[in-house]
Amino acid sequence: MKDQGFGRRDFLKGAVAGGAAAATTTVGLPQDAQAQQGAAAQAAAANPGYAFLNLDEAAFVEALVDHMVPADELSPKGTDIGINIYIDRALAGAWGKGERLYMQGPWKPGAPSQGYQLPLTPAQLYRAGIAATNAHCGKTYGKPFDRLTVEQREEVLVGLSTGKVAFEGGPPARVFWTTVYQTVMEGMFSDPIHGGNRDKAGWKLIGFPGAIAVHRENVEKYRDKKFPNDPVSIADMS
Amino acid sequence: MATKLKEVDAVIVGLGWTGGILGKELAEAGLKVVALERGAMRDPAKDFAVPNIRDELRYVVRHDLMQNTARDTLTIRNNPSQEALPMRRLGSFLPGEVVGGSAVHWSGHTWRWTDMEFKVRSMYEERFGKNFIPADMTIQDWGITYAELEPYYDKFEYTAAISGKAGNIKGQIQPGGNPFEAPRARDYPLPPLTPILASEMFTAAAKNNGYHPFPRPSANASRAYTNPDGSKFGACQYCGHCQRFGCEANAKGSPQITVIPIAMRNPNFELRTNSWVTKVLKDSDGKRVTGVTYTNVLNGEEFEQPAGMVLLCAYAINNVHLMLLSGIGAPYDPVAQTGVIGKNYCYQTGAGATLFFEGRHFNPFMNAGGSNASIDDFNTNWDFDRGKLGFVGGYTVAGGFNTVLPIGYRPVPRGTPQWGKAWKAATAKWYQTAMNIGASGSVMANRYNYYDLDPTYRNAFGLPLMRMTFDYKANEHKMGEHAAQTINTIAKSMNPTHLTEATARTQPWTVVPYQSTHNTGGTIMGTNPRDSALNKYLQSWDCHNLFVVGANVFPHNASYNPTGPVGALAYWTADAIKNHYVKNPGPLVPA
Repeated sequence: MKDQGFGRRDFLKGAVAGGAAAATTTVGLPQDAQAQQGAAAQAAAANPGYAFLNLDEAAFVEALVDHMVPADELSPKGTDIGINIYIDRALAGAWGKGERLYMQGPWKPGAPSQGYQLPLTPAQLYRAGIAATNAHCGKTYGKPFDRLTVEQREEVLVGLSTGKVAFEGGPPARVFWTTVYQTVMEGMFSDPIHGGNRDKAGWKLIGFPGAIAVHRENVEKYRDKKFPNDPVSIADMS
Repeated sequence: MATKLKEVDAVIVGLGWTGGILGKELAEAGLKVVALERGAMRDPAKDFAVPNIRDELRYVVRHDLMQNTARDTLTIRNNPSQEALPMRRLGSFLPGEVVGGSAVHWSGHTWRWTDMEFKVRSMYEERFGKNFIPADMTIQDWGITYAELEPYYDKFEYTAAISGKAGNIKGQIQPGGNPFEAPRARDYPLPPLTPILASEMFTAAAKNNGYHPFPRPSANASRAYTNPDGSKFGACQYCGHCQRFGCEANAKGSPQITVIPIAMRNPNFELRTNSWVTKVLKDSDGKRVTGVTYTNVLNGEEFEQPAGMVLLCAYAINNVHLMLLSGIGAPYDPVAQTGVIGKNYCYQTGAGATLFFEGRHFNPFMNAGGSNASIDDFNTNWDFDRGKLGFVGGYTVAGGFNTVLPIGYRPVPRGTPQWGKAWKAATAKWYQTAMNIGASGSVMANRYNYYDLDPTYRNAFGLPLMRMTFDYKANEHKMGEHAAQTINTIAKSMNPTHLTEATARTQPWTVVPYQSTHNTGGTIMGTNPRDSALNKYLQSWDCHNLFVVGANVFPHNASYNPTGPVGALAYWTADAIKNHYVKNPGPLVPA
């Protein structure tokens, strides 16, 4: 049960707090901080920055997608695929702001068969759900989600997905989870043009060929044969 | 204050298959026609081009070609004692909202519904007795026969480039086709699509079980084709992006590449896009309609378009909504069982199994909209004895793929974790090794499944939303059980490595996830004005210069996809208007 240690959020918060000192001298930075700056530069290359998520939310989403999509021989981990970036962009964009969502009241919980009935846009739901999940983690483990051990994170996600975790005064945890799960899958398997599925890692995992134009010849040629796993994205063809 | 425009002979509300067919036919007959479409124009050459059209997130998940529920939606509930709540985003069904309508994003499955549907009450009563049909099952004969509609099915199939194999030409059973279909004058215009592994395996297994598999007829041109109107089709590319997408190959039979451009070249026809019709207007005695009011959604300007004839050709749900909003015909009341507008709303049901075969390569990304083999042994087969099973209707069973893309389709055996390394490994292992067998089942009309206007919620125009009250009844549950058994029998005979068995549906209908865009009824056709809204020519019993076209005219829903009879009835109505109504305006059937 090892603490996940010094996270990106700590570094960024520290960087802001240490800003004044850094302005007076860069020579006197301790070795540790120099190493951290190097790490931050690397992280910035892979992470173009967030348009919606605040520091706490970014830390939550990064921990979440790395837990759900861990690195192994089949694919890089979630943040290396850009699932966090996909989610941030989706929440910052039209979908996150409730495009195509009927938002007139009155608001009633309704029966499960009546579908989504919350007075929240997806971005508002995400924000409230992250805060509520972190509140649950604080109460249960004394730390926010991104500071939990792998085992504790697993326990939280199982709790959310099975309805064992309930949010007090917040949106229903199951509705939050459904949205979280769907967006993680979108970030892994949608075209890279949307910010996730970096280097088509999600498609390579399963052998989906992507935006390929035609299969008219392939339909016979590859009947019951493995199709080459070299996916093509919209950007590749543009 | 609405600006009053110059009167035209006919105004068409909604420009998909039915509006396109009627617009073309009536303009060619010399009528001045204006079509009002609430959606925008999408030019296939620019808007459906590769690579941008290959975007699952945009078209499948975010509904780029579909109705915008922020502007107009329905409220939904399972029974009259429940409080209806708005469908806040699309889910179970996906009406289109562009020029071409839902026929832009459909898969193309095209069937000929037979007298087993059109004479449903009389055939069941004759064979099984009057008590066989439950008291609350409000099925009724349609007032039309297969023989009357056959030439119009033919016309639609040749217009829409249907690929398939006839099973019965003039009474002669044809090997390889559907032996249970009603006799047709000639074969389909195009041969069947190239089968995929999943449909081949299903075909072999269905045969081994004594059933009669055949390639599903669909509007995916199996080779380049020019239809009788001169519209040119490319050959289907099996791109795997059919349902919910526009076709970049012009291989999908759709109105925006056939009847609509022909109508638009005719000086008698005018299309106004972004034009949202809010009401059909009646004259003072309520015997005729006089036109429509609409709003230009680009600037909010309101217009009155007077017309000698009004043709409602919007999506099935929206046609009924407009009738209720306009106060034409008596609204249906399920308690008193009076009125007709909103009556007999029906949907479809289904069941499905997933079969995993270690070592096989199904390549689920290579398929056409109609890459399935089907059996009709439990549907249009009157020898299948429903008497001992106690249900009305039937179901088709099919194996194959149609537009299964990775955000939505990543099959894994039951019990697989939903995330983490084990999930990834299972997803990688099984994605290409799975196939599906599914059933699509009919839904019989029920007294308590209906539409009316919602008392609380309103759309962007301040008008009441339509309220849908719907659930499956015992009849559908019994049929679903039988369908699940059939699917599992076939699936087990194929010896899959893993099988996720089909189960009969027992839960209430839910607004999520996606199920089928086959909503029927609400302004039904029939033999008399007491129990139907329209006569057999889809002409309003109340206002003889109003025609309502689409699946909203079906008195119940079959297991088949609805577009075959929707297209055929549009041509049938066009002929009735051109050949009879225009010469002698008035009721085409005495009330």
